[in-house]
Amino acid sequence: MASLNITNVEKSFGHTHILKGINMDIQDGEFIILVGPSGCGKSTLMNCIAGLEDVTGGQICIEDHDITGVLPKDRDIAMVFQSYALYPNMNVRKNISFALEIRKLPKAEIEREVERVAKLLQIEHLLDRKPGQLSGGQRQRVAMGRALARHPKIYLFDEPLSNLDAKLRVEMRTEIKKLHQRLGTTIVYVTHDQIEAMTLADRIAVMKDGHIQQFGTPQEVYDNPANRFVAGFMGSPSMNFIDTELVNHEGQVCVKLLVMDQLHYLPTPSSERGLLERVGQKVVLGIRPEQITHVIPHYASNPSTFIVKAKIDVIEPTGPDTLVLVKMNEQEVNCRVEPHEAGKPGETMSLMINMSKTVFFDPITGERL
Amino acid sequence: MNTNPNRRYADITGRALLYAALGIMAIYYLLPLALMIVTSFRSMDEIRMGQLIDWPTQLNLDAWRIAWSEAQIGARSERGLQPYFINSMLITLPAVAISTLIGAVNGYVLSFWRFRGSNLFFGLLLFGCFLPFQAILLPHANVLGRMGISGSITGLIFTHVVYGLAFTTLFFRNYYVTLPGELIKAAQLDGAGFWRIFWRIILPLSTPILTVCVIWQFTQVWNDFLFGVTFSDPSSQPVTVGLNNLVNSSTGERRYNVDMAGAIIAALPTLLVYVIAGKYFVRGLTAGSVKG
Ligand SMILES: Nc1ncnc2c1ncn2[C@@H]1O[C@H](COP(=O)(O)OP(=O)(O)O)[C@@H](O)[C@H]1O
Ligand SMILES: [Mg+2]
Repeated sequence: MASLNITNVEKSFGHTHILKGINMDIQDGEFIILVGPSGCGKSTLMNCIAGLEDVTGGQICIEDHDITGVLPKDRDIAMVFQSYALYPNMNVRKNISFALEIRKLPKAEIEREVERVAKLLQIEHLLDRKPGQLSGGQRQRVAMGRALARHPKIYLFDEPLSNLDAKLRVEMRTEIKKLHQRLGTTIVYVTHDQIEAMTLADRIAVMKDGHIQQFGTPQEVYDNPANRFVAGFMGSPSMNFIDTELVNHEGQVCVKLLVMDQLHYLPTPSSERGLLERVGQKVVLGIRPEQITHVIPHYASNPSTFIVKAKIDVIEPTGPDTLVLVKMNEQEVNCRVEPHEAGKPGETMSLMINMSKTVFFDPITGERL
Repeated sequence: MNTNPNRRYADITGRALLYAALGIMAIYYLLPLALMIVTSFRSMDEIRMGQLIDWPTQLNLDAWRIAWSEAQIGARSERGLQPYFINSMLITLPAVAISTLIGAVNGYVLSFWRFRGSNLFFGLLLFGCFLPFQAILLPHANVLGRMGISGSITGLIFTHVVYGLAFTTLFFRNYYVTLPGELIKAAQLDGAGFWRIFWRIILPLSTPILTVCVIWQFTQVWNDFLFGVTFSDPSSQPVTVGLNNLVNSSTGERRYNVDMAGAIIAALPTLLVYVIAGKYFVRGLTAGSVKG
């Protein structure tokens, strides 16, 4: 168990700058999720933490010890790779004990450790098999077993579940969460699965172009995105972005919304204080699909909800809800409604917009207002 | 199922033509070998009296005995191809082992431990694959002289290792780049160093390409004539040179049966290697990544 402090870490390959000053302070025992589009440098950052790549600048500390120049094997970090990277020529037992043998642990202790890990991950019956004889899910367990075997201070997981089918992924996700609760070890975990990120993380770091865009709890990142990129990246289906204009309407700062030739003035939430000085300017309204629903009478009287009539373009049933695609300000907007409340394409339906959680972005910089 | 009889006949005819063509080609390639074997078992009397090409009336092993241990080749005191054959073994086995092993290490470095300029290094090394060996005969003779190993078995081993490395490195490098690099990273985190990763993880995964490399190198070195005739002295000549001398140095009557037996003896080891490991050769050439 250990804290991990990453300070101004930079990494370039030749003239290509991949990491451009990464700062993360991770507490002992935290489960950190790293998300971002592919190619943004997540794996590179993991490799830098593990010592598999040398950083070009900055500092990495574990428990306040500077380990920036320390060899991977002396960092006391274990990593689970996307491809599992099991040694194909060794059986499962050997795969798990390899690191322990290199560290010259006594034979009896190695055996005990392999037994412990195998029991923890329920792979006791697989110990004598070669990786080639295992299913995807079993390989995944063995890869985790190999990482667990030497009680490292920090675990790094680089998209460990992305090669599994959907059902197995959900199972393993729960197991990893349980494992973390049991062991309490610091984990940095890369994924591009929204749900994995939200369910597992104590804190999420959203990365893009070699920068951390936002680093906060899942709820913070979801409700209070730092910029349009984070807002669009987290959440599925994605947040709706509607180009609009701020106006002063009857003493309130409102956005203009044209739905089916009917112009609406929707007041912005009072929490978004910075909007007053932007009146008359163009802004981007960010609203999540679940904030636009069918009319729920119980909520309709709420001062932050407004009802508009819209023409349905497309419907996409997902099971629990149906996504309804409509046009607002001539732009496509996703709404999440009860399946039996959803009309058919071409029909008109009343939608209830909840403005209390809307966010606003600068149309040019994409920064939150 | 195809119900149209015309189409079916067309299929059958096509197949028949294909097999006929293959059969003819097989005969074309096997006939010389068959003739050599047949002739090597005939006695000179038979050959002299009858046709040049004919079945042996009895299985006569004289030619084989003469080629192996009795023929006077050049002016040496030892007779027959035997000493040449032993020289070839003494050259080929170490040369194959050393060039394969160094090729494996080279490929390992070029795939997983890239350094500044490693691509340029690889490019230059590839150049070695296209090098016409006639071009380096004189300078290399000079090198061997300065090293004090000209005309020796050691000198020939050295020569074959150096000029085999381009190919062996290419083989291993192209095989290793198909292995997932995360394997090396995992091993590094487990605490394994450069050599331990090589011996414990990479080399055990290399069987297919090892086979290819060994067969290739064995064939190259064993069949080599140019280096063997240029860089040897009479005590270190390989069997290819011995065979050449055997065929050319007989005065008077040409002993076809002995020549044929000698040629087969000289070719036997490469033939054996192909028969034993041939299927691994094809498998190894087409082997892709070893996914764990
Ligand atoms: N060894 C390397 N040499 C050069 N470029 C690299 C190297 N490793 C990664 N990159 C580049 O760095 C960028 C980030 O890669 P990576 O960290 O793997 O992204 P991801 O966020 O998808 O894990 C990619 O554009 C990749 O091409
Ligand atoms: Mg990656």
